[in-house]
Amino acid sequence: MKQLITFIRKEFLHVFRDRKTLLMLFGLPIAQIVLFGFALSNEVKNSRIAVTDYSKDPVTTQLIDKISSSSYFNIQRNLTSATQIDAAFKKGDIRMAVIFPPNFSTDLTHTGKATIQVIADASDPNLATTITNYITRIVGDFNTTTALSAGQPLQILPEVQMLYNPELRGAPNFVPGVMALVLMLVCTMMTSVAIVKEKELGTMEILLVSPFKPIYIIISKLTPNLLISIVNLFVILILSALFLDLGVKGSIVLLVFDSMLFILTSLSIGLLLSINAKTQQSAMMASLMGMMLPTMLLTGFLFPIENMPWPMQVLANLVPSRWYFIIVKRVMLKGMGFGAVWKETLILAGMCFVLFAISLRKFKIRLQ
Amino acid sequence: MSSTTSPPVITTDKLTKRFGQFIAANELTFKVAKGEIFGFLGANGAGKTTAMRMLCGLLKPSSGKATIAGFDVYTQTEKIKRSIGYMSQKFSLYDDLTVSENIRFYAGIYGMSRPKIKEKTTQLLQELQLEKEAKTLVSELPLGWKQKLAFSVSIVHDPDIVFLDEPTGGVDPVTRRQFWDLIYHASDRGVTVFVTTHYMDEAEYCNRVSIMVDGVIAALDSPTRLKQQFGRDNMEDVFYELARKATRKGD
Amino acid sequence: MISLTHIKKTYPGRAKGKSSEGQVKALNDISFNVEKGELFGLIGPDGAGKTSLFRILTTLLLPDSGDATVDNHDIRKDYQKIRNCVGYMPGRFSLYQDLTVEENLNFFATVFGTTIKENYDLIKDIYQQIEPFKDRRAGKLSGGMKQKLALSCALIHKPSVLFLDEPTTGVDVVSRKEFWAMLKKLKQEGITILVSTPYMDEADLCDRIALIQKGDILSIDKPGNIVHSFPGELYAVHAADTHRLLQDVRSFPGTATCFAFGDSLHVTFKDSAAAGSNAPSGTASGSAGPQALLDYLHQKGHPDATVEKTEPTIEDCFIHLLKN
Repeated sequence: MKQLITFIRKEFLHVFRDRKTLLMLFGLPIAQIVLFGFALSNEVKNSRIAVTDYSKDPVTTQLIDKISSSSYFNIQRNLTSATQIDAAFKKGDIRMAVIFPPNFSTDLTHTGKATIQVIADASDPNLATTITNYITRIVGDFNTTTALSAGQPLQILPEVQMLYNPELRGAPNFVPGVMALVLMLVCTMMTSVAIVKEKELGTMEILLVSPFKPIYIIISKLTPNLLISIVNLFVILILSALFLDLGVKGSIVLLVFDSMLFILTSLSIGLLLSINAKTQQSAMMASLMGMMLPTMLLTGFLFPIENMPWPMQVLANLVPSRWYFIIVKRVMLKGMGFGAVWKETLILAGMCFVLFAISLRKFKIRLQ
Repeated sequence: MSSTTSPPVITTDKLTKRFGQFIAANELTFKVAKGEIFGFLGANGAGKTTAMRMLCGLLKPSSGKATIAGFDVYTQTEKIKRSIGYMSQKFSLYDDLTVSENIRFYAGIYGMSRPKIKEKTTQLLQELQLEKEAKTLVSELPLGWKQKLAFSVSIVHDPDIVFLDEPTGGVDPVTRRQFWDLIYHASDRGVTVFVTTHYMDEAEYCNRVSIMVDGVIAALDSPTRLKQQFGRDNMEDVFYELARKATRKGD
Repeated sequence: MISLTHIKKTYPGRAKGKSSEGQVKALNDISFNVEKGELFGLIGPDGAGKTSLFRILTTLLLPDSGDATVDNHDIRKDYQKIRNCVGYMPGRFSLYQDLTVEENLNFFATVFGTTIKENYDLIKDIYQQIEPFKDRRAGKLSGGMKQKLALSCALIHKPSVLFLDEPTTGVDVVSRKEFWAMLKKLKQEGITILVSTPYMDEADLCDRIALIQKGDILSIDKPGNIVHSFPGELYAVHAADTHRLLQDVRSFPGTATCFAFGDSLHVTFKDSAAAGSNAPSGTASGSAGPQALLDYLHQKGHPDATVEKTEPTIEDCFIHLLKN
């Protein structure tokens, strides 16, 4: 018994003397509560929607007022044509469109019933279901609290149409997210561990004291991971097409090109992480803690970015996978071309270039 | 001084360990007396580590018999562990604990009472002249002091035998000899010392030396008699004579 | 071939706040030269600064101050040139554990822009000993074989200077001897070799040695000269009961230093004048010399005791230098 206590006391001493572990033990729960309690939520607020009113009568104005005053929605613009609406969806500017048809008021006055068209972007099926539910509730509420005449409740019926993913399958949302996560994790972890392993073995010393230029060391370490990741990419795409009925609607070439950019960016991050890591274990921890969490939380496939508080949105913009996710969804699901993703591609390319340049400069040609 | 009247502290009879087809230790048979300083030499891969692990109760032999401090190596391993001390070059103390914390820990592990622990701690610190460093982290001690402290800690519970696995590797010549002074003191107090080393001059400090080659004990006697037997001036040449015939180049 | 001038290196410590506490002074103002074709030994225990010195000379570390050149290239400005022409064997024989012997050798040959065939003659003697195992993974080799492979890999590009950091540590006695024989042969090829080792007995095998401890050089010279510079006379005292002998010699009033050296004790006496005297005990000048010790030991029950003058070894010199 006494021996047990002695051992336990020693274990406490070890823990309290290891500052890094302490930070993680106490810091992590606090960070998690803050994150999940305040910043990330499945609650949907301020979703960007478009409202188009072809009828323009007092009822529609009232209803639109009610919609805009709700905190769930952020009415983006007044689109006036079907093509505009289509374009806005494709660009991802809006999640939902509410359209009042031209015969709305006449229908309502004569029959007491009218329909409004609700179109939702179902590439994130959970989000789409939630916001269509909100709109349905708001309309229903409006129905019961407003009477036209003779105290009869209105019957305004929303006709819901789900775009891009009418069956509301989860795959179209999580496959791109998984792609980003897997590629990011594999590249950063494998690269950082491979470089640190060389340091641990001591062979890095010999390589440095040789005519072999450091840049060649870097290229050699990155190349196998690049190739393996491309293979991984194709495996995921083929599996999604075969088993999840999720093919690539747009250009595969574009998708592969952007994927390679993303892979290179992740490899550079792995390179950066390896520079300060002394053991393979710390390299792996840095990759997991440092990259997996932000990627999972801030890419946008688990928690929509537009629902986050402003500081988190800024942070999310720094995560490469956030941009890659947008590109993949647009090319794979919505079948869009380079014109729709050039901005995101440019951002990704910029990140890749900057990260690679920094890690090249910081790569130590000496031990210390 | 080794005693010839008390029963031997280690006895082995054809102690063998097989790993599949490979015979790591082959029919080892010897006795070690109480208070003896016994040198256990052999090239890497000769079977030394395997033999030591069996004697410490850490590895179950494949066949043969052995008793350590009178306890059977097959059935009484827990009692053996309580009667022995162990120190190796690779590990001995916790770097992120202080000197006194290390002493307290090991003494506590061996079930010593609180007042006894206090007494031993003071005694150790005095003997090693480490009173001022009692609250220093072990990682900040020079290597030589670490090794001396590690040895003292390994015998804090007054075991019958202490196993030392290359305790003086890389240590400066003066500290090495101070270390051996500690070994001599322990031996005087009746602690049997079972030591392996790569320093052949240290082999001379032992009462008896055994040399393992290819899993077998190729020679076992006092240094003086071994030198006579092989017609050499020093233990290094005796060792070389035996080791170079080894077929096992070690793993 | 190699020159160091006032090299200093300190490592920051772990002490928080106070910046000078906990600092490790690895090298304290080191200066020396190594001639072309010399087999130079850096002798000292762990923590002496050997590895730091090697890393500075192979341009892996920058010293805090001081200059050094290898083959007339400056370690700061011309580091790439140095890296192109030296062979380096760091401690722990850094090899690729999951590559075979042959793959390792091929890799290092390619990295240096050569092939195994080109310089095979140079490594032939060494490599032949491990050639039967050429398809075995390096991780599964014994210490002695790893050592030979690591040496081959360091030599494969015919370097002009070889830096070997503790190549014999953790290796069995037989392999150690073979290794030094190989080094002697390499010296004949005109390669300058700088070796570090904690084993004092290996010092005699070098052309010149530097004794180093805790960042300071205690002495640099040919082993023979260092031994000759040992002050005073050294005596070897022998008796059957070495353990008791140690205590008794230490209790003798005339003993200055007494250290165990295998089966005998190396002793120096306080009064060097008396040490040279053979007058019997009882007379003033003889009361503290070797004869007096002999009588004292006989009295103490060592009938077989002998006290003879002996040649100091490098270890004796190291201990002496440590104490002063």
